[in-house]
Amino acid sequence: MPEINNFTMNFGPQHPSAHGVLRLVLELDGEVIERADPHIGLLHRATEKLAENKTYLQSLPYMDRLDYVSMMCNEHAYCLAVEKLLGVAVPVRAQYIRTLFDEITRVLNHLLWLGAYALDVGAMSVFLYCFREREDLMDVYEAVSGARMHAAYYRPGGVYRDLPAQMPLYQPSPYRNAKRLEELNDNRQGSMLDFIEDFTRRFPTYVDEYETLLTDNRIWKQRTVGIGVVGPERAIQLGFTGPMLRASGVAWDLRRTQPYAAYADLDFEIPVGKTGDCYDRYLVRVAEMRQSNQIIAQCVDWLRKNPGPVITDDFKVAAPPREEMKTSMEALIHHFKLFSEGMTVPAGEVYTAVEAPKGEFGIYMISDGANKPYRMKIRAPGFPHLAAMDEMARGHMIADVVAILSTMDIVFGEIDR
Amino acid sequence: MTDALENLRRNLGEELGETLRNARLDRGELTVELSREDFLTACHWLRDDVNCAFDLLVDICGVDYVDYGDGLWEGPRFAVVYHLLSLKHRQRLRVRIFADDDLPIVPSVVDIWAAANWFEREAFDLYGILFEGHPDLRRILTDYGFVGHPFRKDFPLVGTVEMRYDADQGRVVYEPTRTEERVVVPRILREEGEGRYNARN
Repeated sequence: MPEINNFTMNFGPQHPSAHGVLRLVLELDGEVIERADPHIGLLHRATEKLAENKTYLQSLPYMDRLDYVSMMCNEHAYCLAVEKLLGVAVPVRAQYIRTLFDEITRVLNHLLWLGAYALDVGAMSVFLYCFREREDLMDVYEAVSGARMHAAYYRPGGVYRDLPAQMPLYQPSPYRNAKRLEELNDNRQGSMLDFIEDFTRRFPTYVDEYETLLTDNRIWKQRTVGIGVVGPERAIQLGFTGPMLRASGVAWDLRRTQPYAAYADLDFEIPVGKTGDCYDRYLVRVAEMRQSNQIIAQCVDWLRKNPGPVITDDFKVAAPPREEMKTSMEALIHHFKLFSEGMTVPAGEVYTAVEAPKGEFGIYMISDGANKPYRMKIRAPGFPHLAAMDEMARGHMIADVVAILSTMDIVFGEIDR
Repeated sequence: MTDALENLRRNLGEELGETLRNARLDRGELTVELSREDFLTACHWLRDDVNCAFDLLVDICGVDYVDYGDGLWEGPRFAVVYHLLSLKHRQRLRVRIFADDDLPIVPSVVDIWAAANWFEREAFDLYGILFEGHPDLRRILTDYGFVGHPFRKDFPLVGTVEMRYDADQGRVVYEPTRTEERVVVPRILREEGEGRYNARN
C-alpha cells in the first residue's frame, strides 16, 4: 500500500463560491477536511481609519460599502451612534421609514443569499427567481434615494427626504413594445407606498415558489441537513448573532430584545431553528423573509396615515430646508458650517447595534469633541461567523465547504472593512 | 434599564474590588476599567456569575489614545475595549483595559470566549497589541509581509508603500509611496460651549 499523505489545497481568492475574495487554505485527508484556515483582508480598505479623517457626514456613504447587500442597515447603525452621541431625537415618521427600509433591505439580502446559496449547492433557477424580486426592491431604493445600491439615504437626525409621491415609471424604449410597457408600469401608477404595498401582496406567493423548489427537494436536503451543525452553547461561545444564532435555537433578535426605531410598536415573530445545521439556517431565513414582509405592510399602513417631518429641525445636525436658506442668513450659516466644518459632537463613547440581516451590526464610536470621530470600530456580524469556519468545516467532505461557507452569508465588504 | 445597570455597577464594585479601577455610566451604557492583574479571573466571573452572565463577546477593539483631545490625554497610550452582552439579562457591558506604551501586552481571553480569536488577531494586526496566551497570533487584515501597525495614530493615512508591476523584473515591486496626504477638512476641537458653533450670536 502506498502511503497517502495529507495535502493542502488553496480555495480562492477568485473562486466563484468564495463570495468575493476569500482565500481558504484547506488541509485535506483524502476528501475530508482536517483544517480550514481562512485568509481574509484582500478587500481591506481601512474604513475605520478613513472615518477618523472625515467629518461625520462624509463617512456615512462608506457604510453602504461595508456590507454591500444590506446597505441601509449599516447606515442605520452609524446614524444611531451619531445620534446617541449628540443626544438628538429622530422624528417618528423617520423611525418608521427606517424600519420600512431596514426590512426591505433584509428581504433584499436574504433573496441574494438564497439565490447564491442555491447556486453554490447546485440549483440554478432559484437565483433567477430571486433576482426578479430584487429588481422591484432595487427600484424602491432608487426611487427614494436616487441610487440602486449605495443609497446614503439615512442621515444623522432622520432620513434625507420624504417618500416620493409618484413611483417612477418605465419610459418608452425601442427594446419593448407598448403592451409590455403597459404591463411593466401597471403597478407603478400610484405613489411609492402603493408600489410597496402591491409588492407585499405578491411576495408571499414568490416565497412559496422558492420553497416549492427547495424545501422538500431531496438533493437540497442531502446537501444541507446535518451539515455544519452548531449547538446553542457553542454558537454563543463563538459570538454568533442573527440567523446563525437563531437557527441554533437561541431566540435572540435585537428588534425584539433591545428594540430600536419603530420595532417596539410592530407585530412580528422571531423564527427559531432547532438543530443548527445548514437546513435550519435556510428555514430561518425564509421564515424571516415572510416576517419582514409583514413588517413592511404594517409600516406602509402607518406611513400612509401619519405625515410629518422626516429629519430633525436641529440645524446643527441636519441642513435647513432649501427655501429657508434663500431668505434666512442664519440658515445659510448653518448650511455652510455643516458642509464645510461639519458637526462637532460632544466627547464620549457609544456602542449602537442593529439587527442587520446577517446578525448584529454595531458601531463603537469614541468622540473627543472634534468634528471627526476619534475612533470608530465596526462590529461586522460576518467576522465571528467566518472565524468559526475551521470548527464548522472540520470532519466534513470537501464539497460541504461551499455549503458551509455560503450558509454563513459572507460578504467581504464588512468582514475586511 | 438604567436602574439595572446601576445595580450591576454596584455588584461589580463589591465583587471585583481592586481589579475594578473605574466604572462609569454614560448615555445608558456602563463602562468599566479593569486592571491587568486578575483580569482573566474577573472575565471568568463576568461570564459565569448568574447575575452577570455575559456569555457573548460582541467585539474587541484596540484604541490608540495618543492624540485624544489634541494632546490632553495623560493616561497610557493603548487600550483594548471589550463589548460584552448578556443574553439572559439583555444587558451590555464595556470593559476597558490599558496596556503599556512601548510593549503593549494584555492577557488573551480566547479560553473564556472563543469568539475572541480573530478579534484579538485584528487588534494585534492594526495596533500591535500583543495578547498573551493567544494560540495563533498572526496578522489578519493586512497584506502578507506588511510592516507596521496601520491604525496607530502615527501611521500615515496614505500608507508607507505602494506596489506596481515591474515589466523589466517581471514581478510586482514595492516602493515608498509617492502619494501626499491631503487634508480637505481640518480637525477642529472647540473648547467652550459644548464644542458647538452658534449661528445665533
